[in-house]
Amino acid sequence: MIRVILINFLRFFALVFLQVFLLKNLTLYNLSTPYPYIIFILLLPFETPNILLFLLSFLLGLTIDSFYDTPGLHAATCVLLAMVRILFISITVQKDGFDNEPEPTLSVMGFRWFFTYASVLTLFHHFFLFNLEVFRISEIQYTLLRFLLSSVFTIFLMLISGFLFFRSRERK
Amino acid sequence: MRNLLIFISKYNAFFLFLIFEITSLIIYIKYNSFQKATFINSSNEVTGNVYGRINKLNQYLALRESNDSLMAENARLRTQMLSSFYTDTAAKHTVNDTINHQQYTYIAAKVINNSVNRANNYITVNRGSNSGVAKDMGVICSSGLVGIVVTVSPHFCTIRSFLHKDTKISAMLTDTKDIGSMIWGDDLGQHTGLLIDVPNHVKPRIGEPVVTSGFSLWPQGVSIGKVSNLKAKGGGFFLNMEVKLSVDYGRLEYVYIVTNKLATEQATLEAQQKKDDQGNTN
Repeated sequence: MIRVILINFLRFFALVFLQVFLLKNLTLYNLSTPYPYIIFILLLPFETPNILLFLLSFLLGLTIDSFYDTPGLHAATCVLLAMVRILFISITVQKDGFDNEPEPTLSVMGFRWFFTYASVLTLFHHFFLFNLEVFRISEIQYTLLRFLLSSVFTIFLMLISGFLFFRSRERK
Repeated sequence: MRNLLIFISKYNAFFLFLIFEITSLIIYIKYNSFQKATFINSSNEVTGNVYGRINKLNQYLALRESNDSLMAENARLRTQMLSSFYTDTAAKHTVNDTINHQQYTYIAAKVINNSVNRANNYITVNRGSNSGVAKDMGVICSSGLVGIVVTVSPHFCTIRSFLHKDTKISAMLTDTKDIGSMIWGDDLGQHTGLLIDVPNHVKPRIGEPVVTSGFSLWPQGVSIGKVSNLKAKGGGFFLNMEVKLSVDYGRLEYVYIVTNKLATEQATLEAQQKKDDQGNTN
């Protein structure tokens, strides 16, 4: 239990640090901006109580917001992401029969499930993030293009990180 | 009553979602309409200090470029010095200059946080109210116009960059002295702006420099860019044209905050005028 809390705590800081000081300066042709920090919400254990899940998403969003000068934007989209996560997991995973608090990682759940999970959640998050940021319909084509290319970038980074930590888990 | 509680606890995820989503949307909307949620802003001392530390590291990477731009500026200023002009009359008069009073002074500041790839871009610099910076001052850099100060804390201030969808700056074509407004939209990219509301009889040429008009916060003649495309969308009764910006906003290192000594006088006079107009209509 303590190990899970410690790992998630470290993951929170590592992802915020990576997002704010490295990936914030990274953009491809002004179109593709990755936001892989949301993998923190994706990787919380299945058994996380709903209230804690929403609270952590809200805090993560607000932390990113304070560095991006956009109070509320990332908080709103992260809370939405948490809701989509609850729905997705309740549809695709049987709740009973877990032992020692498994997490929805690539190594536990397999590539097919994890890829679908990461794609659906990232698409939801990025769609609302970009539309909420622009806040008008008139440039919808440009916004959709940015949303699609950024999602591809983010999912790519998530899969890479999934494979990076894949083997180290198996050896244990 | 019991049924209601059972209902709420069964669908607790949805109600929690509503509570948190509404909270964050309220924060977002409130910030969007008033532009002053300085509470979670980067002029906030905590994030400002963190950025200051990280920036000390980044500074070394950009040392070459900033040295080059400083050298270029030094050279330009040296050519303007009196000693670099050749005087051909031997006799000199000392003149007590009663015509030229100092109107603009400049505060040098260093950029510690910057963005160019969002719909609304802000810059944070390391000078604040302790150095005499106040809200609504203009900001320039060695190659041209940068933006307007929006929030100020004792040691930092945030600047609304030219790359912001609310930007509207009074600008002037240099050849004909015709006035228009500079705006920017995020579909334009970080190197292009739009000059709108130029009268239809004007015949601008490609490559004609665009500068500030001197009507607002900046001195007259601060460079904005060069006309690059005369066939911009929209317009109607007015000419619109695309302008290639002279400042590379992605590489800002040092900026100058412009203090206009006559700004308060001008603002009071214009406010007085508005009040008089209202009085007449009543």
